[in-house]
Amino acid sequence: MAVLTRFLGDISLAEEAVQEAFAIALARWPSNGIPPSPAGWLITTARNKALDRLRREASRSERQHAAQLLNEVEQAEEHDVNDDQLRLIFTCCHPALAPDVQVALTLRLIGGLSTEEIAHAFLLQPTALAQRLSRAKAKIRDANIPYRVPEAAELPARLRTVLAVVYLIFNEGYSTSSGDEVLRTELCDEAIRLGRLLATLIPQESEILGLLALMLLIDARRGARVAGGDLVLLSGQDRTLWDESKIDEGRALMRICLTRNRPGTYQLQAAINAVHSSASSAARTDWRQILELYDQLMSIAPSAVVALNRAVAVAEVHGVAHALRLVDAIELPNYHLYHAVRADLLRRIGRTADAASAYRLALDKCENKKERDFLMRQCQSLARH
Amino acid sequence: MKQYLLSVCYPAGGSQPPPAALNKIMSEVIALRREMQSADVWVFSGGLHAADSATVLRHQNGDIVLTDGPFIESKEQIGGITIIRVPDLDAALLWARKLARATTTPIEVRPFMEHPS
Repeated sequence: MAVLTRFLGDISLAEEAVQEAFAIALARWPSNGIPPSPAGWLITTARNKALDRLRREASRSERQHAAQLLNEVEQAEEHDVNDDQLRLIFTCCHPALAPDVQVALTLRLIGGLSTEEIAHAFLLQPTALAQRLSRAKAKIRDANIPYRVPEAAELPARLRTVLAVVYLIFNEGYSTSSGDEVLRTELCDEAIRLGRLLATLIPQESEILGLLALMLLIDARRGARVAGGDLVLLSGQDRTLWDESKIDEGRALMRICLTRNRPGTYQLQAAINAVHSSASSAARTDWRQILELYDQLMSIAPSAVVALNRAVAVAEVHGVAHALRLVDAIELPNYHLYHAVRADLLRRIGRTADAASAYRLALDKCENKKERDFLMRQCQSLARH
Repeated sequence: MKQYLLSVCYPAGGSQPPPAALNKIMSEVIALRREMQSADVWVFSGGLHAADSATVLRHQNGDIVLTDGPFIESKEQIGGITIIRVPDLDAALLWARKLARATTTPIEVRPFMEHPS
């Protein structure tokens, strides 16, 4: 897709060509066998199909343009496919496109997910999503959004958008905002694949490594996050179910970041998760270190959500009453986890009635069934204490 | 090369900035136009009178009917336009960013259709 988009300069044309190539492959490969380089075969076939179409539909001057394109494709046959993917990622995550469109385009064009799969993952109507995607592709073409990696001066800001898209995909996979499932593992896997791709292509950028480490450290707990169909919080998870190889990979990435000493928000969040991963049990968690990391995070990227998470660490280090005062000063009325954290602190300090009403507020704002079940259980267990 | 329309938007019926601030804006906008001209991207620019100075013509039963006032009553008005010719949207956004800083108002960037050759 990425190679063809670069040559053809049109995403829709490239998509149609790739679909045709896959159709031909499905028809031929079972009887003729798979060619030695399947990706190369697909690119060549798709390119020929696209050029056929251009020739059929084109005026004379456009035919010359098509002939020129054909030349360029042939000259650059050995071109690194990864570079093309990187260009296309920056196009998909262009700040002139709405954030949800950036996410959908990235999953469609880089991740290769079908429109139906993306619609399912984000609980959208496939037809509505298809319309948004084709509108976005038309905008890329009509407004001439370029296919290129931004120049050094623009790169940090543009990269932030790309990383935000990748992390959004991961989060939607790891804590699905609505529906019946907690995890949509295909989104987690895709986000990690994108993270690896970015880390290979722009190895000098520490925040990419930080994001990849963060996703790996969180994803390592995937197997312990649900038990018997129920959501299990970090403190209650069976740590033997954690994926050691993902944790090791995340730690190794963090060591590289540390030697570079250019901390950023993803690296700090990864560091916080690495502390959790190092604790053999919830009780042995080094909360002081976590609190220090949250202090650093608040100093470079203060937000109400970070303040809320910091308050959770404060509860462990300085006590529940102290944490509750901090939480009461935070304004996040529509965030279900705000009320869930507050409810938990109220429960621990013995204010059962207040805890129950906070749980009800959390339930009001929460749209995921598994999380609702969890909150419901917490709320019901209050009555027994 | 592609042409982009940069429109200066401002709230309809809003009050004008005080003269000193307005002078500063005007001199920055003029400086930016010179910069666009020397970078060879400038095609056209101009400020517009308020929308209530507009007249709308409509085709109606074979006749052309005139109405006093703007085409659409909207919360935002276009206060001026600049047309630039640059390679792609990123280049257009770079100039639009400068224009937004100079005018301190929102700027809408919109691509022109290609000329039929």
